[in-house]
Amino acid sequence: MISFLSHLVNGLSLGSVYAIIALGYSMVYGIAKMLNFAHGDVIMVGAYISFCATQYWGLPPLVSVLCSMVVCTVLGIIIERLAYKPLRQAGSLAVLITAIGVSYLLQNLALLIWGANPKVFSSVISLAGFTLFDGQLKITGEVVVTVVTCVAVMLLLTWFTGKTRTGRAIRAVSEDKGAAQLMGINVNFSISLTFAIGSFLAAIAGVLLCSSYNTLMPTTGSMPGIKAFTAAVFGGIGSIPGAMLGGILLGLIEIFGRAYISTELADAIVFAVLIIILLVKPSGLLGKNVQEKV
Amino acid sequence: MKKIIALLLAAAMLMTACAALADEAFIIGSIGPTTGPYAQYGSAVENAAKLCADEINALGGVQFTVLGEDDQGDGELAVNAYNKLMDEGMDILLGTVTSGACMAVASVANEERLFMLTPSASNDLVNQSGDQIFQVCFTDSNQGAGSAEWIKANRPEAKVGIIYNNALDYSIGITNSFENTAKEIGLEIIAKSAFSDDAAADFSVQVAAMKDAGVDFVFLPIYYTPAITILTQAKAADYAPTFFGVDGMDGVLEVEGLDQSLVQGVYMLTPFDATATDEMTVNFVTKYVELYGATPNQFAADAYDGMYVLKLAIETAGLTADMSYEDMCEKLVEVMPTLHYKGLTGDMTWSADGTVSKLPNAVMIEGDHYVSAE
Amino acid sequence: MSKKWKKYGSYALPFALVIISFIVCEILISGGKMSRSLKGQLIPICAYIVMALSLNLVVGFSGELSLGHAGFMSVGAFAGAIVSGWLLNGAGMENATLRLIIALAAGGIFAGIAGVLIGIPVLRLRGDYLAIVTLAFGEIIRNVLNCCYFSVNEGKLLIGFNNANLPGTILVNGPQGAVKVAKIATFEVGFALVLFTLLVIMNLVRSRSGRAIMAIRDNRIAAEASGLNVTKYKMMAFVTSAVLAGMAGALYGLSFSTFAAAKFKFDTSINILVFVVLGGIGNIPGSIIAAAVLTILPEQLRAFSDYRMLAYAVVLILMMLITNNAKLKGFVMTLRENRKKKKLPDAAAEAGQTKGGEQA
Repeated sequence: MISFLSHLVNGLSLGSVYAIIALGYSMVYGIAKMLNFAHGDVIMVGAYISFCATQYWGLPPLVSVLCSMVVCTVLGIIIERLAYKPLRQAGSLAVLITAIGVSYLLQNLALLIWGANPKVFSSVISLAGFTLFDGQLKITGEVVVTVVTCVAVMLLLTWFTGKTRTGRAIRAVSEDKGAAQLMGINVNFSISLTFAIGSFLAAIAGVLLCSSYNTLMPTTGSMPGIKAFTAAVFGGIGSIPGAMLGGILLGLIEIFGRAYISTELADAIVFAVLIIILLVKPSGLLGKNVQEKV
Repeated sequence: MKKIIALLLAAAMLMTACAALADEAFIIGSIGPTTGPYAQYGSAVENAAKLCADEINALGGVQFTVLGEDDQGDGELAVNAYNKLMDEGMDILLGTVTSGACMAVASVANEERLFMLTPSASNDLVNQSGDQIFQVCFTDSNQGAGSAEWIKANRPEAKVGIIYNNALDYSIGITNSFENTAKEIGLEIIAKSAFSDDAAADFSVQVAAMKDAGVDFVFLPIYYTPAITILTQAKAADYAPTFFGVDGMDGVLEVEGLDQSLVQGVYMLTPFDATATDEMTVNFVTKYVELYGATPNQFAADAYDGMYVLKLAIETAGLTADMSYEDMCEKLVEVMPTLHYKGLTGDMTWSADGTVSKLPNAVMIEGDHYVSAE
Repeated sequence: MSKKWKKYGSYALPFALVIISFIVCEILISGGKMSRSLKGQLIPICAYIVMALSLNLVVGFSGELSLGHAGFMSVGAFAGAIVSGWLLNGAGMENATLRLIIALAAGGIFAGIAGVLIGIPVLRLRGDYLAIVTLAFGEIIRNVLNCCYFSVNEGKLLIGFNNANLPGTILVNGPQGAVKVAKIATFEVGFALVLFTLLVIMNLVRSRSGRAIMAIRDNRIAAEASGLNVTKYKMMAFVTSAVLAGMAGALYGLSFSTFAAAKFKFDTSINILVFVVLGGIGNIPGSIIAAAVLTILPEQLRAFSDYRMLAYAVVLILMMLITNNAKLKGFVMTLRENRKKKKLPDAAAEAGQTKGGEQA
């Protein structure tokens, strides 16, 4: 029972990281209708910036997180302007390939700047954990912060896209670019803003991911990136609560699959569950079912 | 678009053609992953080989030119790199770094009779890929067996568990021979848990499996990157068994940002100790740090030894740089089993099938260096 | 002349391209003029061309985004290596060419079976959901193959799951992949496979079924309303593509002494997709040229040493930006139309029609 609970806690923690990454994925997908494969690498950049800030520039952990947020946000906007904006009229596949190019670019730049050797990322979270059931179940500060951040981010995003003017503008653009423009919405600004938000979330995810699993390499972002992409689709891509649900479920399935079915086939199990879910609900758990018109 | 590609291709070809090479020096190829997820190992080998070549060239006598190529640890790219180096007149190949790529190249090189000395491809099948390939590192099965024997001799009461990487041949190779030897000598293994990716992943389940089974001695036949995460998560779970790594664990102390308290008391079987105080090691480590800004790991040490082994072999066989690579290969294959070389990674001799024999050295981490485990 | 060209010329063009390239390569090889570096890449290039062509059938003609094409290549490569290894070690078949042909067929059959199994659930989905499920299947195949062990003992094929201690000659060794593969693939057979692929795809696309496949891509509901069996035609394209990818995989696998399942990961699927997109979606000669050029390109970029992959990334982004630049496109279009107007005033009306493939 205790081991079950501890797997549950670990699954929630891993799932929350996936969820934060997936939220960024989902936002960008919703508005730009593109699979941004470079998202995982922005996470890696975020973690490296935070690492540099604490190790080389001697900044306190919280300031380092701020640094990484600023750098990632700016990076996200630059990438969007230089690589994706010129392709707005082109087919979705052209943008997909460009995103992959950006992903290679970021990984290899990181390799040149920070070298191939892994770095150990010391946790930016100083919060002490607590224990339950007479010390049998230990919950670390990282787990608490990760889960709380994830929920907070989800609530903030829901509020932002639902209640604020800018947020509603973003939603309008993702529904219909042309109509939004006619209504006086600045489409380019809305798209840039979405990329900025996505990259900002990537920075948070990068710091949390590396705080929990502490090694950092130029390829650190790729697998979590793919997993988060899966999570976003799982929950219904484009939907904010869906991305969160998808991320957390994915984390839980991964940990429980590993614990109770097979450690060797954990990844296969995650993907198999995804396929089954999509067969039952073809547009993801909370995705909108678009009715096709003749 | 086609024109742009054509222009690019032409430019690239021109640059390649410019690299004309002198004939007095032996052209040593070095192939390994210098980009991608295994970049740290390939870069270490290439850096050390170049450093060593400069050192040897300064001595006069045998002269080396090292040409390094990237293979990302992939067989196809390794064969491409091999062909490119052959175009450039490679005489001997110091490589390749990873086992899979090494076997793909070895089978081509065997047909074409090019001599290979791999610093780090440790899989048992590597030597079976050709008679002209020799290893500087231990084979995986030697390491697995050596580890099991050490544990039986020094910690007979240990309740042993294994966490291994199911997607990595290096890890599987060591795990299998460890288990087989353990069965023979009566060492009981009470838990075994796998993972399947080298990227930052969660190891809480594997750690919990060890803890729940009551394991107090965890064998880690993996590289240090996942090992660091395992150590962190074990600490977070208040689980403090003895950890025992293999040569893939070497280098862990030099990882930037590591909290050294995490690795205190970790044992490992490694041929190289960067903190040793003998003249040879100090010289190598100082120069390496000066040139590349990082402490060399065991891959670098193996490559450094490999270059000196080549020098010794070339001198013993009486080779000159103007000979064909086929002739060099025949002579080198003959002399290799007769050589004895004492280098950074120990006293080495070779059997005719290409396996190296050197003593595995068990060490323990204490403070910021290794101490002998005995 | 123009109508005849339309009918036969565009059909003959890819064949001519491939045959002429083959002849040029053979002349260069026999004259000793080809660098080893390029010579060593010929078989992989053939395999990648077949991969690109077969993916183009799904992405270009059937209009579905598949991100797991390397999974079929992987199934084909392993099936080919196992069958060839068993024929040699178990059945004692010495004839390499015959073994290669049987191995190619086996690669195609097993990948085809995988294609049917995957196609049934996958083709119910649309767009990016289909993409993610193909990606998932690619990853599952890789994950499972990492746990598989095959060996031949006394003429029998043994299979072990997570069990490395099999007796006899090991053929597939878990994460190490296929080992001690006899390298029986040749450039000539690779060339023949490319021709075979072209023949299959060109004839499928031009057949009644091919038109049905494209009709479904352009308007599924209208096609369904006209009485077309959507699932059947989608399956036809998907499975044909899987079979061809499996054969390419077998060719690829049998040209190396060892290869691991890790080779056929997500990145490889993406690379093949890059060939298709850069060559032009639905454009057959384009796929061939893009696959060949982009396989050679990273090798030529070796001159940049440490900056090689960086240069590749930049080239990739620039190529996408340049080929999709609206101004440039408009300029090329006007040039083309002007020329057409001069040459064939009566065909000007036709020029207005865009090529169907580009709408996918």
